[in-house]
Amino acid sequence: MSPPETAMEPLITVEDVHTYYGKSHILHGVSLYVGKGEVVGLLGRNGVGKSTTLKTIMGLVHPHQGKVLLAGRPVTNVPAHKLARLGIGYVPEDRRIFRLLTVMENLRTGLDRHGVTEARKQELLDKVFAYFPVLAERRNQAGGTLSGGEQQMLAIARAMMLEPKIILLDEPTEGLMPRMVSQIRQIIDVLHNEGVAILLVEQNVPLTLEASERIYIMEKGAVRHHCAASELKVDHPVIHQYLGV
Amino acid sequence: MEFLQTIPWDLILIQTLNGIVTGMILALIASGLTLIFGIMDVVNFAHGELFMLGAYMGVVVLATSGSFWLALVIATLIVALLGAALQVTTLRPLLGRDPLTTILATFGISLVLQNYALWQFGPVARKIQEPFTGQFTLFYLQYPWYRLVIAALSAAIIGGFWLFLKYGTYGIWIRAATQDRVMAQAMGIPVPWVLTAVFAIGSGMAAASGVLFGPLVGVNHAMGLDWVLKAFIVVVVGGMGSLGGSIAASIFISLLEAYAAIWVSPAQAVIVSFVVLILTLLFRPTGLFVPTPK
Repeated sequence: MSPPETAMEPLITVEDVHTYYGKSHILHGVSLYVGKGEVVGLLGRNGVGKSTTLKTIMGLVHPHQGKVLLAGRPVTNVPAHKLARLGIGYVPEDRRIFRLLTVMENLRTGLDRHGVTEARKQELLDKVFAYFPVLAERRNQAGGTLSGGEQQMLAIARAMMLEPKIILLDEPTEGLMPRMVSQIRQIIDVLHNEGVAILLVEQNVPLTLEASERIYIMEKGAVRHHCAASELKVDHPVIHQYLGV
Repeated sequence: MEFLQTIPWDLILIQTLNGIVTGMILALIASGLTLIFGIMDVVNFAHGELFMLGAYMGVVVLATSGSFWLALVIATLIVALLGAALQVTTLRPLLGRDPLTTILATFGISLVLQNYALWQFGPVARKIQEPFTGQFTLFYLQYPWYRLVIAALSAAIIGGFWLFLKYGTYGIWIRAATQDRVMAQAMGIPVPWVLTAVFAIGSGMAAASGVLFGPLVGVNHAMGLDWVLKAFIVVVVGGMGSLGGSIAASIFISLLEAYAAIWVSPAQAVIVSFVVLILTLLFRPTGLFVPTPK
């Protein structure tokens, strides 16, 4: 364990979080942080609690013990819709597009907020349509009719409508064609350059090591390893130990 | 050719009109019911009582102000507020529990409201005076204009609500929350308040239909029962939670009953709606007026 020191003030801090689903104890004291504008990878085998960690941060499940801080402010029991307004964007594992809503209406769920001027709305739309031209083409099509890759783009674009400070990305490349994967990889860089922090949960180890600055590795509901991404290679013993690649 | 002459065309035309008028009122009640079910997964057994309270509020406001239209607006608003209060106090704490608990809760509300009305207004039916009494001649009948106005107003309210759902920001919130409550929350939509608003809108629509229909029937504490039973049939036949389906089913069933009443007594004609319900449940349990599920 060689946690690199970051001078940045953490945007998200998770402290010793224990989360249960009913009686099953899923998270056994997870602690991690994400700095402002930082891309952090969260690796681990299936079922070790990566997605639950993201859901806990998003306020979709509430921890029994431990704290979540947003820019130093405790937000542990704040409901999800308030966290979304405070600047946390969530792109879930199964994308969860509103299937019967059109692409445009999907985007409007995040866009129609108090205090966003019409000009700003148009700016945000122009931006995502520039990154994802296919969404502009399909703006009046129902979300459920899009392909898997297009739905992933829509899920990311929808989160971007909230102008978040951080996006929680849960397995964005799962089940996508290689061309789509590289497009997702690019959008991570674009968001990074715009100063949006990302907490990236992935099975794709090479992509995660490439895109992230720091890496957390989870096993059995807790963080077991934490290091700079540059210290790890795909064939590193740590990767073998925890991910069995 | 002789067969055609035996068909009572005049009666059929009159009954078509009657069927559409009843169908539109039923559609207004049923769309509130289907909306509440579709988004909240709550089978609202108190819906008929909200319809009945709307009619009574109409009676009270009409008596003090003398204006039918003011009574319509105020009764709708008051019952919508009451609906919001009921949702916050009774249904919100049950969110995420077994749906059976919400059935019991709304059934309880319906008993309380019914007996409140009986205690407050007594067992004698009240009458709402229709806002105008003009009639036109249809064959040998004097047909009141007011009936057509009811149908048009119901259509206007449903149409306005549909536009709101389709284009309004809050309409998009409602549809998003219907499809995926968790993701809607993660997009910053205050889902608990959306649910309250939906219950309030559904209650208001029930109240509006109560005031509109008041002049055609007496207003009494049990008037909700018949209508809510029919509204439930319509909601099931139309496809639970489908707004368009409920509207189509309302008109379909009301027309069938109206035509049946040409040959049998109106009391027997009611059987038609149950027959349609049973056939629907047997052969197409997802609803007659929704696309076939894949």
